[in-house]
Amino acid sequence: MDAGTSIDGGVLLDALAGLFFLSGALLAFAAGVGLVRFPDLLARMHSATKPQVLGLILALIGLALRLRSGDVLWMLVLIVLFQLLTSPVASHMVGRAGYRTGKVRSDLLVVDDLTADQDAAEREAHAEDRLAAQLAREADEATGGRG
Amino acid sequence: MSVVTTVVVAVCAALLAVAALLALYRAERGPSMLDRTVALDVFTTTVVAFIALEAAYSRRTDTIPVLVALSLVGFVGSVTIARFAAREPEGEGKVRTREEIAQEEAARALAERDDLRETDTDHHGGAAHGEVR
Repeated sequence: MDAGTSIDGGVLLDALAGLFFLSGALLAFAAGVGLVRFPDLLARMHSATKPQVLGLILALIGLALRLRSGDVLWMLVLIVLFQLLTSPVASHMVGRAGYRTGKVRSDLLVVDDLTADQDAAEREAHAEDRLAAQLAREADEATGGRG
Repeated sequence: MSVVTTVVVAVCAALLAVAALLALYRAERGPSMLDRTVALDVFTTTVVAFIALEAAYSRRTDTIPVLVALSLVGFVGSVTIARFAAREPEGEGKVRTREEIAQEEAARALAERDDLRETDTDHHGGAAHGEVR
């Protein structure tokens, strides 16, 4: 890129593509650092989602800007679409499995609605059980008195 | 291909390589199976970004189907592992050393031998007698 020549569109698009690639690679790097340094599964999942969605989108935009052809554009859109559909599902399943198998450290959580709700539901179920048992006992006494 | 392009590609490649190595480190250490799943997901994404970078560098379009396949494979892997994730006993997830494996094998062989000695050979079939024709 000489200073004397006028900058044509191709060079500009290439430079933009480079910027997009750089930001995507930075996000991937940040995810790697987060994976190593974060203390538990949920925090690691949080860092892992960065390159999975935004990093991938940035890299593919960079690729599209560099290739500049309509044939591959739809395929790149397809990849982003797949990723947007599948990565929330995968994250949900990993998080749920982690919670159920006790890999979530509750001392690190700021808010834990799920545990609170589950405890409340359990208490409610116990209360219902007790009520049903009491009713059954009363019914039993009534028939016993008659017989 | 100007110097700037080469430098940008080199920096991107270095960042992605370090990210992949860190993800692999977590996949090796990760105390649970799910940590490894997450780490391998990041690794897959890094590989996708790397292939995209290579395609952009050499202006080729024939590797793009690989990206589609990789982005799907990562999903299937993590969902499968999450579906079959189980409560692991403490220390179960770590990679054992050769000595520890040998120790466990020896203990199991010993237990098996004791088990054999206790069983009643008349009713539970001992070693085969005679010859097989």
